[in-house]
Amino acid sequence: MTKFPKITFWRVVLVLVLAAGFYSAVLRFVRGLGAATNLSDQFPWGIWIGFDVLCGVGLAAGGFTLAAIVYVFHLERFHAVLRPSILTAFLGYALVAVALLFDLGKPYNIWHPLVMWNPHSVMFEVAWCVMLYLTVLALEFSPVVLERFHLHTPLRIVKAATIPLVIVGVLLSTLHQSSLGSLFLIVPTKLHPYWYSPLLPVFFFISAVGVGLAMVIFESNLSARAFGREIEMPLLEVLGRAMAVVLAFYGLLKFQDLWGRGALSYLREPSTETVLFLLEITLGLVIPLAMLLFRRVRADRDGLFGVSVLVITGFLLNRLNVSITGLEASSGVHYFPRWTEVAVTLSIVGAGFLLFSLAVKYLDVFETGHGRRGTGYGVGETGYGVRDTVFEE
Amino acid sequence: MSKSILVDTTKCIGCGACATACKIVNKLPLDDPGAAKDLPANPLSEDDLVTFAQSHGEVDGKLSATTLNVVQTHGGIYVRRFCMHCQEPTCVSVCPVGALYKTAAGPVVYDATRCMGCRYCMMACPFSVPRYEWKSALPKVKKCTMCALRQAKGLQPGCTAVCPAEASIFGDREVLLSQAEQRLREAPTKYFQHVYGREEVGGTSVLYLSGVPFEQLGLPAHLPGDPMPLLTYRVLSKIPNLVSLGGLLLGGIWWITSRREEVAKAESEESDR
Repeated sequence: MTKFPKITFWRVVLVLVLAAGFYSAVLRFVRGLGAATNLSDQFPWGIWIGFDVLCGVGLAAGGFTLAAIVYVFHLERFHAVLRPSILTAFLGYALVAVALLFDLGKPYNIWHPLVMWNPHSVMFEVAWCVMLYLTVLALEFSPVVLERFHLHTPLRIVKAATIPLVIVGVLLSTLHQSSLGSLFLIVPTKLHPYWYSPLLPVFFFISAVGVGLAMVIFESNLSARAFGREIEMPLLEVLGRAMAVVLAFYGLLKFQDLWGRGALSYLREPSTETVLFLLEITLGLVIPLAMLLFRRVRADRDGLFGVSVLVITGFLLNRLNVSITGLEASSGVHYFPRWTEVAVTLSIVGAGFLLFSLAVKYLDVFETGHGRRGTGYGVGETGYGVRDTVFEE
Repeated sequence: MSKSILVDTTKCIGCGACATACKIVNKLPLDDPGAAKDLPANPLSEDDLVTFAQSHGEVDGKLSATTLNVVQTHGGIYVRRFCMHCQEPTCVSVCPVGALYKTAAGPVVYDATRCMGCRYCMMACPFSVPRYEWKSALPKVKKCTMCALRQAKGLQPGCTAVCPAEASIFGDREVLLSQAEQRLREAPTKYFQHVYGREEVGGTSVLYLSGVPFEQLGLPAHLPGDPMPLLTYRVLSKIPNLVSLGGLLLGGIWWITSRREEVAKAESEESDR
């Protein structure tokens, strides 16, 4: 007897988004990029690069950060949030690849960097790092799948390779997170001084670490609500502190860099760039950092969740500012995405949520031991409880 | 010896023959579709090309996937714009699959079979030259090739072949540079005292002379003298070190923090005894 899935608001939204995305996809592949986007010769990169690729890769950074914390720094107590982070990262990178299939003019040539090499190109390096890292993530997540199907020998082999995999994964992540920033080193005459800096790769890397931590907090909260999981507050509190340190470091470095290049003088101009820059810094750095200094915020589930949302918002603003806002003035045109571009982007995001929940349903992502919710540590299906638990190793 | 084109904007009469010649040579649609009727039958002789281009010149177009060379007007001065064929091309350095490359003869050319359409070359070019076939389902990047195919046959580019005023001339880069400098010396009040393209972004094959500052002609000003590829090379060259040192550091931290685990294991083995 088959049961029709329950019709909820979010499921309807997802179906509508996917339908719009499907239409947009057909338009894009049949009639070309010009028909499905507002891209132009003066503005060749839009939200499919600025959001889907740049933000997508950054938001998946929780994977390498947590893997390093658990395996390299031997902070085993964070293990509870490791698997979902790896899953988020794997889905994130896989979906970035999907987004590229849309944005590339000739996506059937996407494999070319494998055999056609230009080591002088940052994009070549990004392509290789992402391909290799996707492989590493697949291997890091494979124990969850292998357990499910009781494939014990492959499981043992993969688990034995964990440490080298994690180290390679951290190195690859460091390289491509920073390289996404390096992509923009080549346009000093086009990118606004608020964002152009020789330190672009460093800024991209630090902010990736910061938003990775924020994503762990964010994902824990959403999973608690959606799957009836409890929140691991002691862990998140420590991550909150780490996030504060990362934000402070980024803020100081950014300030030093702006001052040293004389870019602070642009703050006197009430331009769009000034407004968006201040918005990015205020929402993404100043307010969260100030909030995190209070123990009341760090120890409170909602407070920490709010801070993580702010950091993620600031991160998204930063990536969009670097790739779109900062390049508009020199381009001579105004770019705003067409609805079809937004539809594809939202479809990809929606697919990510869908795949995540499917993985949670059929695999033991949260290590309750049963692959189903409501058992083991879970509190139940109706809601979530906040329980401070003491973790034993 | 690398070839160049010298564009002297003080001599350009704005006839647009160069723009038309470019379209004929590259088989691109003319602005005026009716003009094609006047085109002599293929194969086009050099004289036919010159005659047709000079009598059907196109001005004030915009660079696009079907217009690889344009004649713009800036403050009453006519300025040709097309690919600068840089000595150290930014587009060549950023292409992940090496679809663009600088030939020994001078032209920077494009191999569409390698291209995957990432459009990084369009982003990176400091002169914003490369254009894209946005309407195509199988799009290519389009830009002037300095008629590399004609050069291979011993001909000069179409644009310089048809110029009636010798405002655009073709030759060895060194020769054209010294000619340009000679013109600057001989007429110091007529010319703005700079050869645009001698050093900009490491030097370009296309050189400009002007009577006014070059920004007024719409050419990008304040370009660094260093080639742009150096900006990324400075970072990319550090990668092998980063990987080896980083790997060592992470491996070392794992090894050092492993001690806790080993101690715990030893203690539990002791308590089992």
